[in-house]
Amino acid sequence: MTVSLNDLVFVAMALVIVVAATGVVMLKNIVHSALSLILAFVGVAGIYFQLSAGFIGLVQIMVYAGAISVLIIFAIMLVMDKSVEKTNLFSPNIIRLLAGMGLTFLLFVTLGVSIWFTKFPVVPAEGPVDAVGMLANLFMGDYVIAFETAAILLLVAVIGAIILAKGAEDKQ
Amino acid sequence: MIGLTHYLLLGTVVFCIGLFGVLSKRNAIAVLMSVELMLNAVNINFVAINKFITPNDVTGQLFSIFVIVVAAAEVAVGLALIISIYRHRKSVDLNDFNLLKW
Repeated sequence: MTVSLNDLVFVAMALVIVVAATGVVMLKNIVHSALSLILAFVGVAGIYFQLSAGFIGLVQIMVYAGAISVLIIFAIMLVMDKSVEKTNLFSPNIIRLLAGMGLTFLLFVTLGVSIWFTKFPVVPAEGPVDAVGMLANLFMGDYVIAFETAAILLLVAVIGAIILAKGAEDKQ
Repeated sequence: MIGLTHYLLLGTVVFCIGLFGVLSKRNAIAVLMSVELMLNAVNINFVAINKFITPNDVTGQLFSIFVIVVAAAEVAVGLALIISIYRHRKSVDLNDFNLLKW
């Protein structure tokens, strides 16, 4: 049982992710929650780099830590008219809070136990040299329909977001 | 020493934190942020299983890109909806979003 550098990196990244994710849920100020969320995204990108999935890590940093977090912070600034203190509280309904805790705990125990006792058929290998090229071949080959559908979904979502946020004009 | 089990457990922990946030917060933007945490947990599982079980393939990474695309679309539409509702109700508290309730 030797501890390699890779293991230490995983432990550090996992700690960052778990602490930041807990901060997203537990912090009372929603701006602090959003900044904590960015830290969690960067930690997940570190996990991808450590899993030698560099392209996914870069996409994670660009899309999540770049675009989505800016979008969230802008939305927070647009909808906060009063003081930003105590804007991210738990639900006042104590039954809902307890039900949420119970459900989360049950799910955690179920998933944790089933993962811990499962023997996964792990294949030791180095992995592909040209992962990005293989991704490109799959996107333009076997998964081209899903790729184009995702492109249309993004277009429709962006147009829908603009119309929803700006408000459509009434022509008649 | 660190194997697939640890990555899946990390994914489980992050997913459960996100689920608790979705079920217990009262700010709609906080609920959206918790959904993002859950999607990230799923992506960790995709990439880790791809790396450890089918290391000569990239299908898991491909599907995690699809998840990122859908998450980006979802957060854009979700935040636009929240801004639109805020303009009418002057609130982002989920307890005030009862327009369809009677």
